[in-house]
Amino acid sequence: MTESVIHVEGLGKRYRVGERERYFALRDVIARAFRAPFRRNGARKPKDFLWALRDVSLDVKQGEVVGLIGRNGAGKTTLLKLLSRITRPTTGFAEIHGRIGSLLEVGTGFHPELTGRENIYLSGAILGMRKREIERKKDAIVAFAEVERFLDTPLKHFSTGMQMRLAFAVAAHLEPEILLVDEVLAVGDIEFQKKCLGKMQDISRSGRTIVFVSHQMGQIRRLCERVFWIDGGQIREAGPTGKVIAAYESASLQPDANLLGDGRCFLKWSICGKANAVTDDMRDVTFHFHLRLREAVTQGHFGIAILSDAGTVMVGWGFDNIDVPAGEQELTLSVPGLPLRPAAYSLTCSIYNRGNNLTGGHLIEQWYALPPLIINTRPVSHPQDRWAGVLNIPAKFQVKPE
Amino acid sequence: MSAHAHPTALAHPPVSVMRITPPTRWWVIPFAELWEFRELVYFFVWRDVKIRYKQTAIGAAWAVLQPLMMMLVFSLFFGRLGNLGSDGLPYPIFYYSALLPWMYFAAALQNSTNAIVENQRLITKVYFPRLALPLSSVLSGLVDFGVSFLMFVVLMIYYQIRPTPAIIWFPAFLLLAILLALGVGLWLSAMNAIYRDVRYVLPFVVQFWLFGSPVVYPSSRVPEKWRWLYGLNPMAGVIEGFRWSLTGRGNPPGHLLLISSAMVVVVLLSGMAYFQKMETTMADVA
Repeated sequence: MTESVIHVEGLGKRYRVGERERYFALRDVIARAFRAPFRRNGARKPKDFLWALRDVSLDVKQGEVVGLIGRNGAGKTTLLKLLSRITRPTTGFAEIHGRIGSLLEVGTGFHPELTGRENIYLSGAILGMRKREIERKKDAIVAFAEVERFLDTPLKHFSTGMQMRLAFAVAAHLEPEILLVDEVLAVGDIEFQKKCLGKMQDISRSGRTIVFVSHQMGQIRRLCERVFWIDGGQIREAGPTGKVIAAYESASLQPDANLLGDGRCFLKWSICGKANAVTDDMRDVTFHFHLRLREAVTQGHFGIAILSDAGTVMVGWGFDNIDVPAGEQELTLSVPGLPLRPAAYSLTCSIYNRGNNLTGGHLIEQWYALPPLIINTRPVSHPQDRWAGVLNIPAKFQVKPE
Repeated sequence: MSAHAHPTALAHPPVSVMRITPPTRWWVIPFAELWEFRELVYFFVWRDVKIRYKQTAIGAAWAVLQPLMMMLVFSLFFGRLGNLGSDGLPYPIFYYSALLPWMYFAAALQNSTNAIVENQRLITKVYFPRLALPLSSVLSGLVDFGVSFLMFVVLMIYYQIRPTPAIIWFPAFLLLAILLALGVGLWLSAMNAIYRDVRYVLPFVVQFWLFGSPVVYPSSRVPEKWRWLYGLNPMAGVIEGFRWSLTGRGNPPGHLLLISSAMVVVVLLSGMAYFQKMETTMADVA
């Protein structure tokens, strides 16, 4: 089954910049009509238009889980809206093979005055379910959302969390052959997000095709096999998840550092000779730090820490009693492997003269190293997020024959 | 990708291919698609009715009180004081039989004008034929219509007016009223989505239209030679048709009805075409 279920060719969406206002008043139209005869034909300047998406071509095969990444306003949502027919393209075309369902927002069509039960029907119907289908799945939806006791309470009395759970439960029981999902998992608490992600994995395992937009690279890594990086309305890079995410993460950061201490001393860093700070090596890793010292460091201190997204120190090293001559220097640090889970990490380095932070040394600079460290090794720990932990250590398993 | 590890067992084996292209052929009305989404139309109607009745204290009673109070005001001012005539019917029956379609029509215009704007979030988040929105707001008014019709039955019994065989034409006039409300509603909802001025203009339009229709006076007061022109207001045919079919008094509205029906067809088809043309930009303007 390798046929394309989504085939997109030269797809483009152009907005007139004037139309981006919420609506126009009749007075503008009248004014324009009066002015029109005095304007030269085709006087509309090209800057009046904005291409939200331009000349995008892609194919998604049956059963694939594909991620769309890119900055805000890059055109990811526009692409989903075009594929789900919410808005029509300006150029190009797309072919969809099979029933398509889109989930661009959690709680589409919910009404606060209606009860939980009534909202299940309404939202289900709006998302494209048949009445019979909703009736069949109602119990599963209620169980998933864990709102049995409140089924006959108007939605406005639900907590936000309950509303979210119910909304996602309805959407998760949609069974289209192709599912388009936009950043909906960014809402709700961690437990809920995990539940949603698990459900998405179930859906993909049943052979359905998913196109998934997220800003959370962890989610993309876990769910998607292939990723399209959209930038400025065009596909900038496409390919295997790890490769594209690594390129995206290293490009999306400005080469600008936060400084603490005396002044600019750290210049740049690299890892295993790669300036983009990406490593996909499971074994020996060498960090190189380039710095310019105005004065020589004597009996100083060099510290480095690797921090997770959440700011947890994953590992740190400190070296006391170091001597570095003044001028441009390179410090290297080698470790026999960096078994961290694939993700983006931040790196903080500090350099002190005559002692360290505890012994009254002089802080020359603390540097939040940029670009951040991107670990792009193959994930080898537990396949379930919940049990995978923070490390990525390969393991051999065997049952000893008796 | 090689064959997927899990065999696919999906509900709809014959895969339908959908082609998404820049907007073309807005004059083709997607009847097949609307039929496919009929359950959604049902749910929209169901939602509108539920919410309307849940948000008001006396709910469905409004559907009776509104025409009843208007009927009283009309009977007093236009009937007693203005002496506009009623083709020999008791004033309450004369006015109420016209207010039935009129109130339905006015409410349908009101609701469909706001149909797109009020559901903007839906429109920008999920696809369905946008026609479903004005269509369902026109249909949901039928529930109120049904309730106020019960009051009419009470009035008929009170004034001891027996329906005549003309009543078999009643469904046809009701259908005409629905189609007209839909046609005008399509124009208004699409226009209001783009020019919000529409909803401010609407109350005046409805007022003028009321006095341009045979609600407070019989169309027999319109001079014979202008009757055809009068028929260009399709509500004239609808209202006269309601009165005639429900009470059996007077003559069937022959020529008037013919012109009105033709107008309904014109309004409906042009409304659909205009709506379809604007539909492609609704999600973008919203």
